[in-house]
Amino acid sequence: MTGISPAVVAASKLGLTFQTNDGPVQALSNVDLTIGKGEFVSFIGPSGCGKTTLLRVIADLEKPTSGTISVNGMTAEQAREKRAYGYVFQAAALFPWRTIERNVALPLEIMGLSRAAQAERIKRTLDLVNLSGFEKKYPWQLSGGMQQRASIARALAFDADLLLMDEPFGALDEIVRDHLNEQLLELWSRTNKTICFVTHSIPEAVYLSTRIVVMSPRPGRVSDIIESTLPRERPLGIRETPEFLAIAARVRDGLRAGHSYDD
Amino acid sequence: MDTFRDKLIPVTSILAGVVVLWYVCAIILNAPFQRDLDTRANETPEIIEFIGKTLVQPKPTLPAPHQVAVNFFENTFLRPITSNRSLVYNAWVTLSSTLLGFAFGTALGIIIAVGIVHVATLDRSLMPWIIASQTIPILAVAPMIIVVLAAVGITGLIPKAMISTYLSFFPVTVGMVKGLRSPEIMYLDLMHTYNASASQTFWKLRVPASVPFLFTSMKVAVAASLVGAIVGELPTGAVAGIGAKLLAGAYYSQSIDIWSALVAGSIVAALLVMVVGIAGRLVDRAMGGRPA
Repeated sequence: MTGISPAVVAASKLGLTFQTNDGPVQALSNVDLTIGKGEFVSFIGPSGCGKTTLLRVIADLEKPTSGTISVNGMTAEQAREKRAYGYVFQAAALFPWRTIERNVALPLEIMGLSRAAQAERIKRTLDLVNLSGFEKKYPWQLSGGMQQRASIARALAFDADLLLMDEPFGALDEIVRDHLNEQLLELWSRTNKTICFVTHSIPEAVYLSTRIVVMSPRPGRVSDIIESTLPRERPLGIRETPEFLAIAARVRDGLRAGHSYDD
Repeated sequence: MDTFRDKLIPVTSILAGVVVLWYVCAIILNAPFQRDLDTRANETPEIIEFIGKTLVQPKPTLPAPHQVAVNFFENTFLRPITSNRSLVYNAWVTLSSTLLGFAFGTALGIIIAVGIVHVATLDRSLMPWIIASQTIPILAVAPMIIVVLAAVGITGLIPKAMISTYLSFFPVTVGMVKGLRSPEIMYLDLMHTYNASASQTFWKLRVPASVPFLFTSMKVAVAASLVGAIVGELPTGAVAGIGAKLLAGAYYSQSIDIWSALVAGSIVAALLVMVVGIAGRLVDRAMGGRPA
């Protein structure tokens, strides 16, 4: 070993073409990307730019048709089999017949943990997302934001170092979203996880990320990668600072450059 | 109490309407025979008296509601329940084969559904046959099942229960196939990210998701099961059961008996559907369902 920790996610010349009834659709083309440990990387772009597809390739929910992808130094499939990541979907996707604590326990049950070990992790992860006291509630008894927090707790429960989030706050109103963004940053700094976060909101991407991957559609490709110069400590007010606005402007430019709606 | 009022008033007003219509039909349908009787007896009754007579015939074309009610009351509450004229006894005979057939049918329906959902070849090969099986008129199949099984020495409860099974497995199969396939892609993806095995996905996701579908289809199945049991009793030589009462009543033109047996059958059906409905609601509540 050379002593350099391997990248958490490394994609090289990654491409994915879906075969549809209307012929092949190129969802991803020539994506090169390396994500290091502890980074918070956002994927932003208009719909159809392949940002969700890229996240699904990392999660081994889609197979690339060209190029290579490695997760934690393994193939994406091996990484999935080793439960290397927690995945948070657009909707909370909680099982309605399970209480919050049983929902969080779901991956732990599948992994075959003892009841005692489950209880300890449930308590710890629910604390982490500020849902202590709601263990015995059913999902419908919680607000949308709380449900999404429960689903984040479920993704954190089995201690994967990588968190993949696919527009997790897209369906929530802006006030709740701000609140959850703040909590997510706090959680990230406390746990030192690597987070890949798909969004179509520029302020959200700039506020959260250490790096922003701007993508453009047809075919889905990376058009710009922006390193954030913001400090790790980010109060909500940072969004009014010139530094923040400058990064947001660059993201917007990147999106505009790759935009293909106006042709 | 609001649901009580919301449901009771509409239902009872329909019932009252049906009873009134029934009386009108009884008078109209029984009138020709009564006129015949009166002519032969050289009587010319007043209209009111004539109407009264149409409602008390011993073997009316259409018995009046009160005649059915009296017959039903006598045969339900006034006879020892061991008597083969007791409706309770006959209802029990039918109910026992209904329940046995329903249990078999539900089990068979679930097994077939699990097979169809998990084995692609079964989906393509079995489903058309299952649908075809329900297009065959049960009245034609029932005597054959009874006769064939009697030839190999199986009589009594089992052949009747098999007809119930034949009718009740179908809704359960269709409902469960739908139920087991009801989880959205997102939930299946979630299980995939946990590297869950097929059996874990089945027990932790597909089965709980299918429970509401199971109870809905069981409500249909239990009613179908009762029909199967009654149909199964028709060719057994009218020994006992609601079906036997119907057949005997038809033989001897005991129209009032037919109708009270029919009422007994309907009450059994309503109770069965209700019990399944209540069981479904209890299970839903136990699984954290939102109270309606």
